[in-house]
Amino acid sequence: MIASGPEADQKRRPSKINVRVLRQDGPGLPPYWERHQVDYEPDMNVISVLQKIAAQAKTSEGKSVTPVAWDCGCLEEVCGSCTMVINGRVRQSCSALVDRLFEDNPEEIELQPMTKFPVVRDLVIDRSRLFHSLKRVQAWVPVDGYYDMGAGPRISREAQEQNYPLSQCMSCGCCLEACPQFNKVELQRNPGESDEDFTKRKEAAYESEFIGAHAISQAMLFNSHPVAKSLEKERMETITSTGGIQACGNAQNCVAVCPKEIPLTTSIARAGRAATVYAFKKIFDR
Amino acid sequence: MASNRVLVVGGGLAGLSATMKLAELGIPVDLLSLTPVKRSHSVCAQGGINSVNDQTRQQGDSEWNHFDDTIYGGDFLQNQPPVKEMAYWAPKVIDLMDRLGVTFNRTPEGFIDRRRFGGTLYKRTAFAGATTGQQLLYALDEQVRRHEAAGLVKKYEFWDFLGPILDDGGRCVGAVAQDMVSMQIRSFPADAVVVATGGCGLIYGRSTMSVFCTGSAASRCFQAGAKYGNGEFIQVHPTAIPGADKLRLMSESARGEGGRVWVPRKPNDTRPPKSIPESERYYFLEERFPKYGNLVPRDIATREIFNICVNEGLSVDPNRMCVYLDLTHISRAELDRKLGGILEIYEKFQGVDPREEPMKIFPAVHYSMGGLWVDYEANSEGGLVPGSPRNQCTSIPGLYAIGECDYQYHGANRLGANSLLSCIFSGLFIGPGIVNWIKSNKASADLPKSVFERAVGVEEARHKKLLSNTSGGENPYLIHQELGDIMTRSATVVRYNDQLTDAYSKVTQMAEQARRCSLADTGNWTNQNVIFTKALQDMFPVAECILKGALMRDESRGAHYKPDFSMPSLTSTDPTARHREAEQWCDAFDENNRKFLKSSVCTWKGNEPDLKFEDIDTRLLPPRPRLYGLVGAEVIEQVWKERAEAKAREKASAPKELVGSA
Ligand SMILES: Cc1cc2nc3c(=O)[nH]c(=O)nc-3n(C[C@H](O)[C@H](O)[C@H](O)COP(=O)(O)OP(=O)(O)OC[C@H]3O[C@@H](n4cnc5c(N)ncnc54)[C@H](O)[C@@H]3O)c2cc1C
Ligand code: SF4
Ligand code: SF4
Ligand code: FES
Repeated sequence: MIASGPEADQKRRPSKINVRVLRQDGPGLPPYWERHQVDYEPDMNVISVLQKIAAQAKTSEGKSVTPVAWDCGCLEEVCGSCTMVINGRVRQSCSALVDRLFEDNPEEIELQPMTKFPVVRDLVIDRSRLFHSLKRVQAWVPVDGYYDMGAGPRISREAQEQNYPLSQCMSCGCCLEACPQFNKVELQRNPGESDEDFTKRKEAAYESEFIGAHAISQAMLFNSHPVAKSLEKERMETITSTGGIQACGNAQNCVAVCPKEIPLTTSIARAGRAATVYAFKKIFDR
Repeated sequence: MASNRVLVVGGGLAGLSATMKLAELGIPVDLLSLTPVKRSHSVCAQGGINSVNDQTRQQGDSEWNHFDDTIYGGDFLQNQPPVKEMAYWAPKVIDLMDRLGVTFNRTPEGFIDRRRFGGTLYKRTAFAGATTGQQLLYALDEQVRRHEAAGLVKKYEFWDFLGPILDDGGRCVGAVAQDMVSMQIRSFPADAVVVATGGCGLIYGRSTMSVFCTGSAASRCFQAGAKYGNGEFIQVHPTAIPGADKLRLMSESARGEGGRVWVPRKPNDTRPPKSIPESERYYFLEERFPKYGNLVPRDIATREIFNICVNEGLSVDPNRMCVYLDLTHISRAELDRKLGGILEIYEKFQGVDPREEPMKIFPAVHYSMGGLWVDYEANSEGGLVPGSPRNQCTSIPGLYAIGECDYQYHGANRLGANSLLSCIFSGLFIGPGIVNWIKSNKASADLPKSVFERAVGVEEARHKKLLSNTSGGENPYLIHQELGDIMTRSATVVRYNDQLTDAYSKVTQMAEQARRCSLADTGNWTNQNVIFTKALQDMFPVAECILKGALMRDESRGAHYKPDFSMPSLTSTDPTARHREAEQWCDAFDENNRKFLKSSVCTWKGNEPDLKFEDIDTRLLPPRPRLYGLVGAEVIEQVWKERAEAKAREKASAPKELVGSA
């Protein structure tokens, strides 16, 4: 609350932080590296480094530049906004502590935008595909309406304990960045194309591609809800079609990078089993 | 009829619940937000959401009690009918969230588990792990996505609301907003506009809030003519983790599970905390409040921690203010089981294990009780008339406000776990009222285009002027820092009139300075620089409401504490003298209420707020003193009770009056 000065620190810290940022002025434009230097303070994270870079708007060579653009929100790793590639690893920048990064490399911090999503500008990327996947798997409870109808179904403690971790997915996209089967989809707007038409064309392109580990996990979450189960068939249809579970090579990279430690491979295994059952059923129902 | 649309600005709990209710009623909604709605600040809420429930009911609890606790906790500064309606809706709200799939913690038998929160005797609080806000937000986000997939809701994410559009008669007929990617400015004609844009913590620089909580949207409505109420009431949470970018909340449960607050008795003691012997530690809350110890109410704990650092110079860190919150005497296993989630936050962001080292914490700005003034229509039972277009309507017809950005539900002090409730309740409740409003008015789509073009023109001019102002030389980020420092120093825990006067004049000067900002980015693509600068400029009118309210309110009430105007403890020891003193105390209390049991309501006068005190609707519960920690409380209580009984007798013998609407 009150402005803080440098802490009487046990460990010696450099007085400056060197940062190398991969910048890009807009979609489709060439990326370029830029160096910045900011003063070190205790308890900094990458967000506070970026805040200082924005306030300075000067490179380490002293050249005036526009502030680096980036996304953030909660600053406590719960909103999913601030994902970027830091020192080669995808993660949330709000929980990337400078002191920890220094343990790996005291010389420099390297910041890059996620590579699996189109760059909007600098570190800001367009993750609309990630949210569109949630529509593809109908990740919701299809209640009748919002009038008062009494309580929901009784839920056992075990079920809650299984589902709660899955429902903590904050749509950050780390799992997608790390996934070898999740490839970038980037379309350029055609001259004169309206927002609506461009969105439609993007969504069509997303639909032929992999939905991603996060969406598979959400499908499993809702398939296990007593009411949301009613859409199980529709979800399984998505999961067994193009871009569904068969696109997953089971490389398990996703689970290793999820900041919320969501048991993604468990969800994927469940989805795999459910897909087999669903495929059989479909054959016999014909 | 031309097709009707409603614009909802903000997709936190309040905005999303309004959106889904309107969609259910068949109204198409444009939903506009600075960020993908799923990332709204509501995700941060940890603790829970309150309602009376089957179990507490059998222990003597009732909706009325929840209402009473909320009013008492808020020091009687709320109009009572909306609060009553909210308390009576609370169980329905929890039931609905349960049906929407929220992963509330469960009892072994499968019922929703509850915990106890501050300001009540009952276990009313439903929770989902340590992420209740996130879980509630996601459930609403999913419903809105469902309506979006069905075509009834259209989202505009990464859009900045620039202000309401009024027709010549002063009715709100839409809004102007800016795409934060392409920087395009356009109008959104709408038959009603709902602002649900959250709190204004960023006015204080750093707080427990998200970066989106600038208050800019509420300020833009205020500057367009909507009134702003009770701005001076800002809740400061006693325990947060100071950080360079944010002050992260350390939940009350750390103290609930046995955490002890202390400082070394000797100022500037540089020894590591664990090597300081017990006898040289000052457990100041335990010593000063033997009965409640570390679990004194929020406002008291906040004041004591603040005082020990600021006035007694006992901060544990020479360069910044903080005290120890110590859990190291509790076993690791027990800590992990009970407090795992919140200890991980500390560990993650401080890089220190709180199971081994005492945490360093300090109070932080946490919640804005004040906000846009909104109306209501009361029914004969003292609740609200459902479907009345007046409910939640700002002083601009057709412009509604809900959630943390309204001033309606929490008075002088918000109780824990009541905010999530007020957000969802007000969002659901206004749906039918808005439908009725729309029915009785001409569709905005049929208005002449010029109304909208004019509004867009004004905003385009403001934008261009900012980008071309290369000679001003002011840096918006530095001005923000300074504003935060001034506000934090003068208008948080303890307030003095000389400091407030000084802060007010500085802040008005800085508002001028902020108009001379030169931008490092003058481009027209994802220009965060200009979006931030606009938000900064618009922080000033709200900052001025806060300071002016604080200055003019010469009393202490809830979160607003002025030592120079506080009600004193009793001093005499002789019973008769003490009784007489208590009588005087009660007279003074009544007198003070006559002056200040009022909302402060500001109107924007072009360059500064004009403040008027407005009566409060106390039709259901007569105000009574909050006597926590006061010497002589028992005697005062006794006298107060006698007086209340006398009043009741008087009333019973007088002819009955009909309760009308407010
Ligand atoms: C750390 C923390 C813990 C908390 N814990 C609890 C708790 O346990 N229980 C409880 O009851 N309360 C709690 N609270 C309070 C509670 O979380 C908030 O009051 C509540 O979530 C506010 O919800 P809202 O819908 O009003 O606004 P928000 O969730 O803040 O949403 C505001 C929306 O408005 C949008 N917006 C803002 N400005 C603009 C603009 N200019 N243009 C366009 N869009 C805009 C944002 O993008 C966002 O979508 C806590 C608060 C904090 C900080
Ligand atoms: S397990 Fe599947 S989803 Fe996860 S990283 Fe591998 S391929 Fe991607
Ligand atoms: S599953 Fe994990 S990594 Fe993937 S989006 Fe959700 S929170 Fe992020
Ligand atoms: S800012 Fe919310 S996750 Fe980092």
